[in-house]
Amino acid sequence: MPDLLSVTSISSRESVDSNTHDEIICKDVTKFFPNSVKPAVDHVSFKVTAGDLVVLLGPSGCGKTTLLKMINRLYEPDAGQIWIGQENIQTLPVNQLRRQIGYAIQQVGLFPHMTIRRNVGTVPRLLGWPAEKIQERSRYLLDLVGLSQNYLERYPRQLSGGEQQRAGLARALAADPQILLMDEPFAAVDAINRERLQGELLHIHQELHKTILFVTHDVEEAFRLANKIIVMEAGKLVQYGTPMEIVTHPQNKFVEELIGSNNLLRKLSLFTVQSILNGESDSEEPHNSPAVHQHPEAVIQPQEDLRSALSLLLESGGQALRVINQDGSTLGMITFEDLHQRLFEPENGTGPNQ
Amino acid sequence: MAYLFNNFATVLQLFGQHLRLTLIVLFFSLLISIPLGILIARVRWLQAPVLAVLGIIYTIPSLSLFVLLIPIFGLGTKPAIIALVAYAQLLLVRNWVIGLTGIDKAVLEAARGMGMNSWQRFFQIELPLALPMLLAGMRLATLSSIGIGTIAAFINAGGLGVLLFQGVITSNYDKILTGSFAVSILAIASNYLLRFFERRADLIIRGDTH
Repeated sequence: MPDLLSVTSISSRESVDSNTHDEIICKDVTKFFPNSVKPAVDHVSFKVTAGDLVVLLGPSGCGKTTLLKMINRLYEPDAGQIWIGQENIQTLPVNQLRRQIGYAIQQVGLFPHMTIRRNVGTVPRLLGWPAEKIQERSRYLLDLVGLSQNYLERYPRQLSGGEQQRAGLARALAADPQILLMDEPFAAVDAINRERLQGELLHIHQELHKTILFVTHDVEEAFRLANKIIVMEAGKLVQYGTPMEIVTHPQNKFVEELIGSNNLLRKLSLFTVQSILNGESDSEEPHNSPAVHQHPEAVIQPQEDLRSALSLLLESGGQALRVINQDGSTLGMITFEDLHQRLFEPENGTGPNQ
Repeated sequence: MAYLFNNFATVLQLFGQHLRLTLIVLFFSLLISIPLGILIARVRWLQAPVLAVLGIIYTIPSLSLFVLLIPIFGLGTKPAIIALVAYAQLLLVRNWVIGLTGIDKAVLEAARGMGMNSWQRFFQIELPLALPMLLAGMRLATLSSIGIGTIAAFINAGGLGVLLFQGVITSNYDKILTGSFAVSILAIASNYLLRFFERRADLIIRGDTH
């Protein structure tokens, strides 16, 4: 019997975390559009490990959206193969495949004539879930994406752009798919809401361990969200690596220019305070040395970027910044040295492949 | 309008005939225009030629079309229905196609991306979203059928046109007035009713039912 509430499947999933059936494998995937000599996607091969949040990054027209749409077969590749886990997606009935992959797009595409409840329940209804389970699931999802329960009976046009995008995310997650495809979902949302939504997506990713493939042309967004980044140019995969690898060892001039890695301030803006803290979470305690207390203390939150950290450091005239959580507890300290290290010394262990 | 009160049963019977003719025309018109509209909404290059042909049919004067059909179908309601169905196509198909092709692409992509098959997409998304335009087309087609339907009395199709033609021939002004009055009532009532459904459907697709 399937679990009645997929909420419970979060914990049960931990035990099968090392599974391989949620990974996405593309092999030499190529796509031509009619009336075009050059392929939109040109022999792209990569593997997305289950549970990773991988960002497809590149300028518009580089083929990233086309690539994404081949994974739920909105487009069919002209050559190459795509596998989800052990299964070649060509062998699955197309609608069955799509129902097990969450899909969120920039324009959201909520059904205007249906309430948020009906919108969110779309895929579960297609899958024939009992009404009670859909109801329960919708409530859970609205909580998850940060919409209050009374939105269930509202219609899409009664929601703001950011709220619509949240509802779209809830709809994409409705049938608890292990794979989520997102096509510039936050591009049309204002900056403040975008940042909030990004934060919530990260939170959801941490909580639910979905395999997420996220398309964007926004470099900062890519670095904020990604475990790994795929950089594309003119239909080709140029580089695939962690944000760190891409900043410290850009494959070529194109990647360098795209992410602006010769610009130190830009580079700093791509990392969060959290990312340096993580690197030395073991040495958190000894950081409370009395020396740093000479100056009035500057504090910073872990989700802010290192560029803000640098300017705060300069402003305060101190040696270090105290990193505090929202509840005021200290997570650690960061110093000029930490920033310097981040800029010029790649982490050991995550060194790029030569 | 003494004629109306003295011959109420006759007028009512002709009114019934006219209504029946209109409903039959509407039924067969929809039977043709709904699939035709879906077809040319999907196969875009067919749109221009199909609408052009329907436009040409629409411009044929009604009396001449009725008369032209007599050698093939004889007198009576049959040629009248055929002619009226042919006229209604332009109004119905054009509106229906505008409704179908005007649906937000993102909505359709989301529906496809979530794994709705083409039937589910049609009945759950496309039909409800294009319904206000279809109903607008139905309203126009109904009104034009009621109007042109009066002329069908000339080829023995019955209806309220009978009062008009007889009134003209016998110079019975009262009869003409009664016929005009009855046709107007039918047209205004139909307009009102269909308008009501149209508004309702429109509120639904705008997510405004409360």
